[in-house]
Amino acid sequence: MASFLNSSIGKKFLMSITGLFLITFLLVHLIVNSLIIFDPTGALFNSAAHFMGSNPVIKIVEPVLAIGFILHIIYACFLTLTNQWARPVDYDKKHAGNSSTWASRNMFVLGSLILIFLIIHLSNFFWKIKFTGSEMLDQSTVDGIENAYLLVTSFFIDWWWIDLIYVLGAIVLGIHLTHAFWAAFQTLGLSNDRWRKRLEVIGWIYTIIVAGGFAVIPLWVKISSMIN
Amino acid sequence: MDLTLKIWRQDNRKAKGRFEIYTLKNISPDSSFLEMLDVLNEQLVSGGQEPVVFDHDCREGICGTCSLYINGRAHGPDDDITTCQLHMRKFRDGDTIVIEPWRAGGFPVIKDLMVDRTAFDQILQAGGFISVNTGSARDGNGILIPKHKADEAMDAAACIGCGACVATCKNSSAMLFVAGKVSHLALLPQGRPEAVRRAKAMVAKMDELGFGACTNTGACEVECPKGVSIEHIARLNREFLLANLKS
Amino acid sequence: MKLNAKIPSGPLTEKWSLYKSAQNLVNPANKRKFDIIVVGTGLAGASAAASLGELGFKVKNFCYQDSPRRAHSIAAQGGINAAKNYQNDGDSIYRLFYDTIKGGDYRAREANVYRLAEVSNQIIDQCVGQGVPFARDYGGYLDNRSFGGALVSRTFYARGQTGQQLLLGAYGALNRQIAAGNIKLYNRTEMMDIILVDGIARGIVTRNLETGELESHFGHAVVLATGGYGNVYFLSTNAMGSNASAIWKAYKKGAAFANPAFVQIHPTCIPVHGASQSKLTLMSESLRNDGRIWVPKEKEDAEKIRTGKLKPTDLPEEKRDYYLERRYPAFGNLVPRDVASRAAKERCDAGYGVGSGQAVYLDFKDALNRLGKNVIEERYGNLFQMYEKIVDENPYQTPMMIYPAIHYTMGGLWVDYELMTTIPGLFSIGEANFSDHGANRLGASALMQGLADGYFVLPFTIQNYLAGQLSVARMDPAKQPEFGQAIESVREWNDKLMGIKGTRTVDSIHKELGLAMWDHVGMGRNRAGLEEGIEKIRKVRELFWSEVRIPGTANAMNIELEKANRVADFLELGELIAKDALHREESCGGHFREEHAMSDGEAKRDDEHFKYVGAWEYKGPGQEPELTREPLDYEFIQVKTRNYKE
Repeated sequence: MASFLNSSIGKKFLMSITGLFLITFLLVHLIVNSLIIFDPTGALFNSAAHFMGSNPVIKIVEPVLAIGFILHIIYACFLTLTNQWARPVDYDKKHAGNSSTWASRNMFVLGSLILIFLIIHLSNFFWKIKFTGSEMLDQSTVDGIENAYLLVTSFFIDWWWIDLIYVLGAIVLGIHLTHAFWAAFQTLGLSNDRWRKRLEVIGWIYTIIVAGGFAVIPLWVKISSMIN
Repeated sequence: MDLTLKIWRQDNRKAKGRFEIYTLKNISPDSSFLEMLDVLNEQLVSGGQEPVVFDHDCREGICGTCSLYINGRAHGPDDDITTCQLHMRKFRDGDTIVIEPWRAGGFPVIKDLMVDRTAFDQILQAGGFISVNTGSARDGNGILIPKHKADEAMDAAACIGCGACVATCKNSSAMLFVAGKVSHLALLPQGRPEAVRRAKAMVAKMDELGFGACTNTGACEVECPKGVSIEHIARLNREFLLANLKS
Repeated sequence: MKLNAKIPSGPLTEKWSLYKSAQNLVNPANKRKFDIIVVGTGLAGASAAASLGELGFKVKNFCYQDSPRRAHSIAAQGGINAAKNYQNDGDSIYRLFYDTIKGGDYRAREANVYRLAEVSNQIIDQCVGQGVPFARDYGGYLDNRSFGGALVSRTFYARGQTGQQLLLGAYGALNRQIAAGNIKLYNRTEMMDIILVDGIARGIVTRNLETGELESHFGHAVVLATGGYGNVYFLSTNAMGSNASAIWKAYKKGAAFANPAFVQIHPTCIPVHGASQSKLTLMSESLRNDGRIWVPKEKEDAEKIRTGKLKPTDLPEEKRDYYLERRYPAFGNLVPRDVASRAAKERCDAGYGVGSGQAVYLDFKDALNRLGKNVIEERYGNLFQMYEKIVDENPYQTPMMIYPAIHYTMGGLWVDYELMTTIPGLFSIGEANFSDHGANRLGASALMQGLADGYFVLPFTIQNYLAGQLSVARMDPAKQPEFGQAIESVREWNDKLMGIKGTRTVDSIHKELGLAMWDHVGMGRNRAGLEEGIEKIRKVRELFWSEVRIPGTANAMNIELEKANRVADFLELGELIAKDALHREESCGGHFREEHAMSDGEAKRDDEHFKYVGAWEYKGPGQEPELTREPLDYEFIQVKTRNYKE
């Protein structure tokens, strides 16, 4: 096992498995968040958020998710460094755009931006919900359930640049996903010339839904607040 | 055509290299890229200077000896060819052409544009073969191979070992090269008995020799003169994962 | 000199098995006591080195390329023959043997060729075992195609890259033995000379092409698998580095050189484009299966096509001359290479050529209509693509232009039945030797011969020699004076070349030699031309030794010195080719003497006076070489005039 994880393909395997795990998480996350749009009262979102916070299964999955994130990041750093060392002297002239997409060549840059966004995002919501708490969370409409809806929506309504950060975050995530989705399957060996096309299409659909969804939510909140 | 060439010159493995500028006049658009370099070398030698060293041999795109990173692309600005098959009609009169050696830690520069690709030989020595002693094979038709399998194996086996995949990969990864051989032999019934050992040994050797990891950019298959597809990399990944599960 | 071919007695069909059952072998424990040097890593060299390594011998394998996989066998496109008769079309070992002898215009040894046909089937099995992805049909069985000079389909192929796949198979076997420690590989290393101790081959001098360092290596036997000498002609289908130096050094050390004039000119090459042309590209002979060769019937039409006033596709059917189909109805476009080449030259010389005037059409129009583009693409896709990249014309739309070019050399070091040269302990295999193809080689037979020699002949026959060498201990090159002397004389030779300091580049002189060879010792030869050619070659040689300019030093990488060494040998070999061509007052196979032709222009062989192998012996610098004749006695077949008309 150790030798497997030390091999280049083994490391990539880990990137792929954790990546697919994160891809699944993102979809669940989006489904919960979309309740903000579908129920303007916030009741649905609040109960879903409460469920996610209190359900024993999720409680188990949560640390796994955290480990997944951390492994994905650590191995990305590791791979990127060794990959850089593999070419001690670079070319004077490169015409890389001819043979590969920008996203595929800049996954580490995109990943780093996502990490920055993630830190902002966690400090905005997760940290408050989990640890520090906030006045808004306490304004419950239903007993025993925090008003996460209020926390989230007021954030998006009060500061336009927060919306901007979240929209940009979603775009960067989307670009990351355009390459990540198919690549995860390729690394696991679950691709060939025929399936590659299919997986790429599925990947694009997924990316548009997820990145689009995450970008639309803050805008929706902001715009609907302005209309009302 | 008249051309300006910006060429990497390096005296030996240890020397520090530099770019030098040369000008050439009256090059026929019908001549090949290497013939253009021949003309340059004729010019240099006639002037008592040392010629530009570059690898080349068959000059028909099959031996895999020629390399060269031309204007930012492995094997230059044309698809599905090696440098020796590149013709000057792909350039325009007055162009400046930048010519560099393959750049990769696994391919150290020997002199000028010539690089050391023995790492590829070492990877194949680790297991890129079927162990059959001379004379011990059964009748050729005793092993039936479905046409599509034979064709797929041939697609993978078409690799000429030129190293364009490594040269063009941003990670200097040799995965396409390794995948070509692993996939070719994994697809054939004759290759199955050693599949586990082969995949593990070849990947271990590839890592040991300092090639980077594959990040699925797909650049290798685009610049591969023989169009070896990265679906073979998927197969290599599969073979490698299964090999590790099995043992 | 006396030549003893050591042909075993007995009936033709049993000679080889009788030989094997009676020969001496080396016992397994003793095998590791023997060092064997193999120079070259092509089909013959790699297969021999690998097989010897498997047997337990200690092998040192040398190649000038950066990797064994780059040897020029890799460029063979079409296929490899074997008498499997999988197609049930009447093939047999005897028929393959007979076709090869006949194709070679009755200038090859019966016993050798029969052995070749006999082991051909094992080669296919061996290669399949190694994972060579031969073409298969839908049932999963091996597929075959037909090739020139045969009436059966016996050619196995892997798309248009058969040589590559076979070489990679042999290279795999070689790699396996390198990993096992039985073979030590020396890449980027050129053989500079043979070392003889008491008249027996005991080693070689090499030059490390990266560092310029000279070294000597000991071997109980030395095997030369260094390919052919087509590059004497400068423009050929050979690789740029292909050279005759190894066999030429052997010749100068006393090995007889047989039939140097038997040079094959391949009919389907891409025509020359201009003065900077560095080599010629072959289009596989397999194209002649579906392509039809023609020139315009009228000279005016040819003129219009040459000047671009008329497109070949616009010339109506009745105004085209499918001259091969017209002259050779039975074989049509699939006549042997020498016949097809001469016919193309005849048409072009008569003024019917297209392109630059030195080209004929190879047209796929009918095949495309009959089979569809998909089938043609599957069969020849890579060749069509290669053509388009070079010529910038689409062969699916307009006919290809082709012209003959120097391709293969049937001549080479004289070897006996055991593949040993006239120097004891020095063996020669593959294209480097003269055996098996007579005066002309059939398509898809070079791969067969290279692998036959390497896998199935030499590993046996060399043991018959080595069994007598058990008492010879490994020599230490540092202590053996012959080794040090050999290095010194190579050093002096290099210094002499470096010291000329003239004004001409090696290539420019090589081109002059090539031109003289092509004009006077090419497809059509005659006495006056050959004599003039010899004079020209001598002049070019003098020019070389007084005017060549090699920058840099001999003690580091020096690509000009490498070329100069090769050209220096070509300049001597060229003269021998011309001399052999001059002495052979007949036309046979690739050797066509204009004085010896039938009234219809076909070759006129003279079996009464020239049914022999002409082996030349070096007699020292400035001395005339001496010719020894090895008569060819055909016991088992009837010698006939080659006829591809009926």
